[in-house]
Amino acid sequence: MAISDIPEYAHLTDADVEALGAELDQIRADIEADRGARDARYIRNTILFQRSLEVAGRALTVGARDRRLWWAGATVLGVSKIIENMELGHNVMHGQWDWMNDPEVHSTSWEWDLTGPSAHWKHTHNYIHHKYTNVLGMDDDVGYGLLRVTRDQRWKPFNLGNIFYNTLLALGFEYGVAAQHLELGKKRKTPEAKAQFHQDLRDVGTKIAKQTHKDYFAYPVGIALLTRSKTAGRKALTANLTANVIRNVWSNAVIFCGHFPDGAEKFTKQDVDSETRGEWYLRQMLGSANFRSGPVLGFMSGNLSYQIEHHIFPDLPSNRLPEISVRVRALCAKYDIPYTTGSFPVQYAKTWRTIAKLSLPNQYLTGTVDDAPETASEKRFKETPEAHLVSTVDPVTGRRKGLKTAIVGLKERRASRRSPARA
Amino acid sequence: MAWRERFEAPAADVAARHKRSTWLRAAVARVTTPLLPDDYLHLANPLWSARELRGKVLEVRPETADSATIVIRPGWGFSFDYRPGQYIGIGVLVDGRWTWRSYSLTSVPAASRADRTVSITVKAMPEGFLSSHLVSGLEPGSVVRLAAPAGEFVLPDPLPEKMLFATAGSGLTPIISMLRAMRRRGQNADVTVVHSVPTEDDLLFGDELRSMAAEGLIDLHLQFTRVDGKVTPAQLRALCPDWAERETWACGPGGFLDMLGEQFEEAGVPESLHIERFALERGAVGAEGGVVTFGTPDRQIEVDGATTLLEAGEQAGVLMPFGCRMGICQSCVVMLDKGCVRDLRTGAEHVEGERIQTCVSAAAGDCTLDV
Repeated sequence: MAISDIPEYAHLTDADVEALGAELDQIRADIEADRGARDARYIRNTILFQRSLEVAGRALTVGARDRRLWWAGATVLGVSKIIENMELGHNVMHGQWDWMNDPEVHSTSWEWDLTGPSAHWKHTHNYIHHKYTNVLGMDDDVGYGLLRVTRDQRWKPFNLGNIFYNTLLALGFEYGVAAQHLELGKKRKTPEAKAQFHQDLRDVGTKIAKQTHKDYFAYPVGIALLTRSKTAGRKALTANLTANVIRNVWSNAVIFCGHFPDGAEKFTKQDVDSETRGEWYLRQMLGSANFRSGPVLGFMSGNLSYQIEHHIFPDLPSNRLPEISVRVRALCAKYDIPYTTGSFPVQYAKTWRTIAKLSLPNQYLTGTVDDAPETASEKRFKETPEAHLVSTVDPVTGRRKGLKTAIVGLKERRASRRSPARA
Repeated sequence: MAWRERFEAPAADVAARHKRSTWLRAAVARVTTPLLPDDYLHLANPLWSARELRGKVLEVRPETADSATIVIRPGWGFSFDYRPGQYIGIGVLVDGRWTWRSYSLTSVPAASRADRTVSITVKAMPEGFLSSHLVSGLEPGSVVRLAAPAGEFVLPDPLPEKMLFATAGSGLTPIISMLRAMRRRGQNADVTVVHSVPTEDDLLFGDELRSMAAEGLIDLHLQFTRVDGKVTPAQLRALCPDWAERETWACGPGGFLDMLGEQFEEAGVPESLHIERFALERGAVGAEGGVVTFGTPDRQIEVDGATTLLEAGEQAGVLMPFGCRMGICQSCVVMLDKGCVRDLRTGAEHVEGERIQTCVSAAAGDCTLDV
């Protein structure tokens, strides 16, 4: 089973959790007090850069009959769409720039260049996913209802296609985002729920129609007329399609790295609604995963390479996450909590590994539902069910020994069991 | 005409003055959706957008030691058919934040149409963070955001035969626009102006008022309160014996307006007094709780300073937008139309013209939400 007692899993007492929460609140207060003209310039420049790229990408596809220009146009447009969705859309809709009081760069007015309506995304993502992060049965992001990503989801023959579905999802990710809010598998009993569903369906339909009309009709036809060449129009259409796929695959990869690599924990419904602010912070820290990035990779991922920090402070400006991460890492070290990170290829490979493994029923898998690389619970550390887990202080170093030490100890014990000769 | 409405839909909210520009905008929007062409154009020139009214500061002209007239050239979509006495909203970028306030237009509509500028006159208030910035920190060339002219405190048309303007301090600003318009139009009426300021140095538009008086346009009484004291009811009666027969426009500090209000009430002619109160720049400091109005006055509730605005709305039976109820999802964000609220997490105050998260904000004095 997934984690049901978050403080205990982290080997922290209630007082520890409260202290941790206070330290995180202080980080928020410091950043909020320091926000100003420099940050506003950052987001303004990002908007200018993104829209310039978009115009350049579209301009290049005018010459799409030339193979090199076709590639250049598709790539530049793809990159611009990535920035538009990640560093701009996602972050603006989180209210990260609401403090500027700028009606054009505001969570209430931003509409992004993707088939999912912004209003829907704000509900499924900002509210459901960020409040109930990785809680089984509440957070739709756990599997998007399509994939099996934790052993807590019972295996069904449908799951044999896990890899295939994830490939499809990656290629058409924007449609996955558009469909997510609709919760297509869900039964709607009341007339209100049915009416709401039809309204949502209309909203998605309208947005998809506008987006596809732009990319696959208005723009290519415009180019065909401009260049008086049907071929140029057709090439522009395929360039737009390619740009969308580039964006889809990239966004999917970045987002999957946030909660599905090994070490990003899942939680049961128990206690979530009565959890304290500190426990909520802790759940965000345990349930999220980063990947290492420099300025370029950070920018291209909308700074979601700092997923842990983003989940602790979803509404603080993305350009501040790198400096926040230094302080969060220090807190993790202080409380001996793991800080899940790795290189981008390794973290992404881990998500695929999990998806591949979990296409099989549990009997073919090593590890248990309480102790597997992708799913764990507090039981993994318990010699006896009654034992209560709390951190201790190392008498020699004076350092706290908690969850991180326990995980290392577990690995060592397991390794020594497997090869006792070497131990 | 359904097809035409459908075609124009993307540009429907834009303040375009010509049908042709609406059509062009709507056509190009098919390729720029979900944005408008304006969103790209204004990156080249900030004034090339009619999606939002904008303006460029041409001149900041000092009037007195602590006041200045700001001349603004509005960008696309601004309409110059305002009425003398109206105010505009102005948003200025300070430390990365857009801060909004309203100020009376001191320009005259006809002149504005001719040279395509508007002006406001701002007095720096000691507690007024933005007014001080406007008077001493605003550089010519800065881009500001604008909200369309509004307000019912305007020069009537046709003019009543006898009028009284009773003003104090920067309460003169909406009146000067009315007087300038009358002078420009060559209109004649029996106009008395009673204006008080602390000293001669604080007097705005002194030369202009005196020359209007010399031309016979107005009967002017200037009261310097440091020497003469504040205008008393008895003084007013002495200065303008037939005040009760005059249509009166008054603007100034609260006490002054309350005094006039009582006078007109007692004389049984409250409807001939038109007043404009200055909006407070900040909520009363330290104020906790207050009356919260949700859109219309029939949806009101009095709350303490610990109740969130979301809870207050739900108690009042208002269908409030909500989400996480913990300040992370931004589903509950609404516009604060009037008053001041406090963020319960940080203690930060938000004032009118800002969008606020109702789930983590409480009233700091009376306030009105756009729900």
